[in-house]
Amino acid sequence: MGICLPNPGEAHINGVIVPEEKAYEEAAKQFLMAKVPTLFPGPLVLWAWNEKAAKKATAIRHLYNTLKECVQPGQTPMLIPMPDYRPKYPKINPEVEINPNHPNLTIWHNKIDCCMFIGVHCHQANLSLKIIRGGTSCYTIAMCAQAGHEDAMLSFRDASVEKIMKLADAVKRLKGSVKPRLTSAKHGA
Amino acid sequence: MSKERIKISEDLYDIMPSDYQDLVKSATYGKEDRGWKDIGNSKELIEQHSLCAGCPESMAFRYILASLPNPEDTVMVGSTGCTSLVFPMVAVHNIHSLFGNQNAIATGLKRALSVRFPGRTKDVVVLAGDGATVDIGLDMTLQAWFRQEKFTTICFDNELYANTGGQESGLMQKGFVAKMAPVGKLFDKVRLPEIARESGCHYVIQCTVSKPSLIEKVVRNAVMIAREIGPTYLQLYTPCILEIGKNSMEGLQEMRDSEKPTERFAYREYISEPAKQLLAEVSAKDKEKKAAAKQLASQGA
Ligand SMILES: Cc1ncc(C[n+]2csc(CCOP(=O)(O)OP(=O)(O)O)c2C)c(N)n1
Ligand code: SF4
Ligand SMILES: [Mg+2]
Repeated sequence: MGICLPNPGEAHINGVIVPEEKAYEEAAKQFLMAKVPTLFPGPLVLWAWNEKAAKKATAIRHLYNTLKECVQPGQTPMLIPMPDYRPKYPKINPEVEINPNHPNLTIWHNKIDCCMFIGVHCHQANLSLKIIRGGTSCYTIAMCAQAGHEDAMLSFRDASVEKIMKLADAVKRLKGSVKPRLTSAKHGA
Repeated sequence: MSKERIKISEDLYDIMPSDYQDLVKSATYGKEDRGWKDIGNSKELIEQHSLCAGCPESMAFRYILASLPNPEDTVMVGSTGCTSLVFPMVAVHNIHSLFGNQNAIATGLKRALSVRFPGRTKDVVVLAGDGATVDIGLDMTLQAWFRQEKFTTICFDNELYANTGGQESGLMQKGFVAKMAPVGKLFDKVRLPEIARESGCHYVIQCTVSKPSLIEKVVRNAVMIAREIGPTYLQLYTPCILEIGKNSMEGLQEMRDSEKPTERFAYREYISEPAKQLLAEVSAKDKEKKAAAKQLASQGA
């Protein structure tokens, strides 16, 4: 049996459907525990297609700033873009960008142990999440604007500015409540 | 459309890699008179390439991308071969098709774009090697021309299958021996420009890519004519220096030698009557515009 996607107002954590409120808490804890908690904004928010996209970008920057304020010394939040989906063969700089065709390179290079995708089209997000799950031990979160991602370990659905801000609030609220994992996991991540 | 649609969200601008920032700042999307002279003054629509050093295909790519009249509303269709290694670095929408299928894919794409965006000019340009265009994809190439599909087909003719190590191609010259074709070609180079004309192309050019100004002219003409009238075809000699035993600096000379009037890549063109008429109209409009601009400038002075 596969993973059921959440209904509106719900999320999933490791394939188990939960009320969305629980997912905010869990995602915030995962960020606060990670050595390198990272946000991966995709083309839908990096490019100012319309006002909504620009507002989401502002909210993502706020979430990133919140992470920086709330982590402890030794934890390094990152904000790494996925500007488009070209395979960028033969060379990509995994330090400064992530590519859906080989996202593991960015995870390994920056030793990322918790990441959140936002503003990435479904197919490319699924591809990236699968590759990350298959080749690293990074915890994956999807702030999905559609029905959620079965390939993420934790997935929200119907992403909006409000939901991103709510996640930032949860991070603030839970600051100091969990112990950061200050050694990185096995595969660089 | 123009650059207005290509904006980075302000709050995430600083994390965008510099190639994207440069594209937004100084690429020539939306510039009416864009052309090869912008190379060096603006961000090119190709970031880097993975071709052999000095490969003339890289020059061809740069001139073509600088000359497309409407890059922000153009979709290019590629096929397998050395060209396909370049497309991931190209900042124009592009689709990689199964080897040989490029003109079939372009057909569907062009038709879909006209339905989806009825009021907007959308250009489709196929760019593939000679193996893809003339051998494995010949059926798709010809059928698209027979059906008068409104897109441009560009063939990078390097007279063999370069990407797979030098096999014989229909566009190879008679007698040529390649690494993977040791017997030597037994029959003549396929006369695709003539076939293109007979198959209904309205603009057919054969030339080398030694002169950027010529490439600018033929690319613009081919795209304009395809947009308004019907299929167009450019066959560009982009020698595979690796397979003909030349070094990186010798590609340009090879093209100059092969375009002499008695040589096989001497400039040849065919323009149908409706296409001639269109080009005359475009040229008259350009002249009018230039005269008006001159007058405005003299009034201002
Ligand atoms: C359907 C299919 N058949 C065969 C191949 C193998 N193949 C890859 S590139 C190539 C030759 C490409 O030659 P050409 O189109 O002339 O491009 P060039 O590399 O010379 O620029 C072939 C046969 C393939 N990739 N797909
Ligand atoms: S193999 Fe030939 S055509 Fe291909 S990149 Fe090298 S020189 Fe160019
Ligand atoms: Mg070839």
